[in-house]
Amino acid sequence: MDYASGSPVDERVLEDMKPYFSEHFGNPSSFHSYGFKALEAIKNARMRVGGLIEALPEEIVFTSGATEANNLALIGAAARYKNRGSRIVISSIEHISILNVCKELSRQGFEIKYAPVDKDGILDLDALTELVDDKTMLVSVMTANGEIGTIQPIKKAAEIAHDKKALFHTDATVAAGKIPLDVNESDVDLMTLSSNDLYGPKGMGALYVRRGIRLKPIIIGGGQEGGMRSGTENVPGIVGMGKAAELAKVEMRSEADRLTKLRDRLINGVLDSVPESYLNGHPIQRLPNNANIRFSYIEGESLLLSLDELGVQLSSGSACAAKTLEPSHVLIALGLKHEEAHGSLVFTLGKYNTGEQIDYVIQQMPGVVKRLRAVSPLTPKELM
Amino acid sequence: MYSEKVLELFRNPKNVGEIPDADGVGTVGNPVCGDMMTIYLKVEDDKIVDIKFKTFGCGAAIATSSMTTELAKGKTLEEAMKITRADVADELGGLPPIKMHCSNLAADALHEAIKDYRRKRGEKV
Repeated sequence: MDYASGSPVDERVLEDMKPYFSEHFGNPSSFHSYGFKALEAIKNARMRVGGLIEALPEEIVFTSGATEANNLALIGAAARYKNRGSRIVISSIEHISILNVCKELSRQGFEIKYAPVDKDGILDLDALTELVDDKTMLVSVMTANGEIGTIQPIKKAAEIAHDKKALFHTDATVAAGKIPLDVNESDVDLMTLSSNDLYGPKGMGALYVRRGIRLKPIIIGGGQEGGMRSGTENVPGIVGMGKAAELAKVEMRSEADRLTKLRDRLINGVLDSVPESYLNGHPIQRLPNNANIRFSYIEGESLLLSLDELGVQLSSGSACAAKTLEPSHVLIALGLKHEEAHGSLVFTLGKYNTGEQIDYVIQQMPGVVKRLRAVSPLTPKELM
Repeated sequence: MYSEKVLELFRNPKNVGEIPDADGVGTVGNPVCGDMMTIYLKVEDDKIVDIKFKTFGCGAAIATSSMTTELAKGKTLEEAMKITRADVADELGGLPPIKMHCSNLAADALHEAIKDYRRKRGEKV
């Protein structure tokens, strides 16, 4: 139940990709039939990816993943439109690939402001309005958060940005394919997409760039992708992302209904059976596949280890399971104490999860928590 | 990432619990950092005759706590003061580098418990 860290490639996606490794190996820039075949495949994929978010094909720039798309959006816009102002406003719970790019931009002289979220992880629109001023050139707010699943009011955030003539970028990495997205209805200028989160191949992503907006490229070379991302195209990857986007568009609604039911069964089941367990994030404004549950008095990594031994693979908000020693910045932004953030588990459900698996987790959870609480010096006597 | 020995002691930690009438108690770490442990001692004739621990923390924190209590049990206080974090990690077949500092605190908790015992007896520590 850790689809957010990696999803299997859908069999149908893999089938579509296969011919583009050896059989149709042409370079899309070549002026002969092998090249034309590859170019045609890319054109088709561009249409499919655009279709997922109601964008035009020519508004899609393929990248090596969501991280590169986020880099291109922020660095490319900052370099190109710096005459519009020096301030960039982002939410405090953005992905590390937004946060760290902003740290770099701040070293280059841009002023970065962080808009807070409420205790459920929803962006504070009043605070955003105050932070976005006349010298703001870019606002970036994620469509939904991967860790707590909270869905953000991006249409309103875009409005606030546009009122001050700032560009609006949204990182839709975890939202795409889970909830319907429409760049025109939300009035988004730039949107980041990831292939693997759509059951496409890893190492593939895309940036939607509204027609009329130009970004300064961060990868320079032969001028592929409308000059915004040079380098010979990853044709099989692009074909795969295109197919994944097409499938997501068709299957999203029924899959979202199924996952929402599983998610709520999981949340209610665990909260009912484990004392002092709490939901992190908003109960309704959340992705169909995300549950984030906090367990008092114990630490996340020891929970992960225990569950892994029972055959359940998850992620945690704990520092101890990550590369740094800091607990999740997202949970801290909700106002949780460090020790509370340490004891949080992230469940991200996917297309191969079943009701039986959910029931198994609900059944195992009380014992696992009880065992670790028995070892913890923080557990109150009445819970032992 | 963890050795089989670490996983084994995480699954079945030895000497978990509290000693209500302990002769010495030592607590190190902080729940804010994600690791905190308390060690309880029973001492007779300068020897550790019983030792228990309670730990809030990751798998490594629980395994190092268990190993430290096993290494200390039956030892004289002087011998137990010489048990280091490195000894504990070695006995466990090594620890991931990031865990060496933050989660390998049990030897410190043991030393604190011994100092607490000595302090209570009016000894200089």
